[in-house]
Amino acid sequence: MTCPLHRNPITAVEGPAVGVSIEHLSKNFGRLQALRDVSFAVEPGEIFVLMGPSGSGKSVLLKHIVGLEAPSDGRVLIEGRDATAEGTLENVRIAMVFQAGALFNSLSVYDNLALYPREHRLGTEAGIREKVMRALQILSLENTAHKFPSELSGGMKKRVAIARALVMEPQLMLYDEPTSELDPIMGATISEIIATLRDEYHVTSVVVSHDRELALGIADRVGILMDGSLVFLGAPAELHAPEDPRIANFFHPKIDLKNPRFKSLEA
Amino acid sequence: MNQLTSILEGFGRAMLLLIESGRHLGTLPRQRARFIEQCYLIGYTTLPIVAILCFFMGSVLALQSGYSMENFGAKQFIGSLVGLSFARELGPVIVAILVAGRVGSAITAELASMKVYQEIDALVTMNIPPARMLVLPRLAAVLVMMPVLTIIGILIGWFGGAVVCTYVDFISIEPEAYFAALRSFMQFKDVGTGILKAEIFGFVIVLICCSIGLNTRGGPREIGASVTKAVVASLISILVLDYFVTKALL
Ligand SMILES: Nc1ncnc2c1ncn2[C@@H]1O[C@H](COP(=O)(O)OP(=O)(O)OP(=O)(O)O)[C@@H](O)[C@H]1O
Ligand SMILES: [Mg+2]
Repeated sequence: MTCPLHRNPITAVEGPAVGVSIEHLSKNFGRLQALRDVSFAVEPGEIFVLMGPSGSGKSVLLKHIVGLEAPSDGRVLIEGRDATAEGTLENVRIAMVFQAGALFNSLSVYDNLALYPREHRLGTEAGIREKVMRALQILSLENTAHKFPSELSGGMKKRVAIARALVMEPQLMLYDEPTSELDPIMGATISEIIATLRDEYHVTSVVVSHDRELALGIADRVGILMDGSLVFLGAPAELHAPEDPRIANFFHPKIDLKNPRFKSLEA
Repeated sequence: MNQLTSILEGFGRAMLLLIESGRHLGTLPRQRARFIEQCYLIGYTTLPIVAILCFFMGSVLALQSGYSMENFGAKQFIGSLVGLSFARELGPVIVAILVAGRVGSAITAELASMKVYQEIDALVTMNIPPARMLVLPRLAAVLVMMPVLTIIGILIGWFGGAVVCTYVDFISIEPEAYFAALRSFMQFKDVGTGILKAEIFGFVIVLICCSIGLNTRGGPREIGASVTKAVVASLISILVLDYFVTKALL
């Protein structure tokens, strides 16, 4: 692979790519069915983009992959290990970019990024510093290193969350709407980072996003969730002319001023 | 019935948290910085209020006992009374109540907001057990700081009694006589008992407050509710445990 002297500026992953398989996954919150019998597999080293309307269960699905939620039915396997089993996170490095960032509010940006390598004793303080500063640089955050999360804008928090995940050098990356609060250029940068991680380090990525550019630009496959069910699974090219009218409407919603949607609800 | 099951559930959660923290005991040496920070928060910042409260409790105790003992000419025993009650009972209980109100509430508020704002989830995905990073240093720190706070509280309580005995007219006992009376019935065991009690109270308070904080769900309102619940549970535990520990150690 890459020669150590020309290490990619982002990350150096050890270990083979990992695959995720989701088998008949259902999740109920009381009466609410957030996920209904969802099955699909994410191949090792693939970028899987998950789309769908707000409230369709995308974030809940990601939480199942990282083991934060336990399935009501079915299971999630990561390299053959159950996602909720105890040793899974020890054996597979999974990083998650939370929708709301989930930064540690009592730590500075620098310490947020350095926490993982420090806690797992990955290298010297100087080595960690280099890694952290590199990640901050990639996301144009050098000047925020000593700020606290409460002093950052929404988009900056999102970028810090992505930087924190990069420092973990994960085998599997889960992004919950990484570009939703970013300007178009930063959004494109994030897409490039995700693609670079795949191409040079075989990092498997599951990306929840409404960003069409990202989905069509870098996804290997796309899944669409609606109301907790997987209604589409296929290559991004198939989305140019979807057969299912729900998907067509989701992808190309027409702004209809003569007949606004919210008015049709009132009737 | 519902109340009972929720109490048992809370007890079970606290026990699991204790076991989980115990499993990471070996990581304590390299968590020195966190341990010291917690010692500072638990010990140093609680000290002024412990000093003030113990001083006045000692004074009031001397005043009340001086007033009632005068009637049957037992004034010379005020020193023994203040001395023993502070060492065996008041010192540890006052310190524990202050630690519950000042430190316990802060712990619960901090951990509950970390839980509600998904910081705990982030730790879990980073394979950093919250019990190791957040609970263990606090438990260790409280075990170190409780004896310190209690000894200081006891000494200041005794001193408060001495001040009242010296300067209040209808008592007016010389400090030498007061401390002589205090010493004459005091055994090392009495102070030891007090410190042991404080140790147990402090440990239980921190465990309860961490457990309730980490099990919070919801939003800002639930954070507030958790803090209230943690402080109330701590206070009840202190007084219930006080009875049983005292009985066991008599
Ligand atoms: N912890 C929870 N308890 C109860 N209901 C929940 C919980 N988490 C999610 N839900 C419900 O599950 C459904 C799916 O939520 P989810 O967060 O996955 O939506 P989403 O697809 O990520 O939406 P968005 O694009 O707006 O982020 C919603 O109806 C939500 O109310
Ligand atoms: Mg979501």
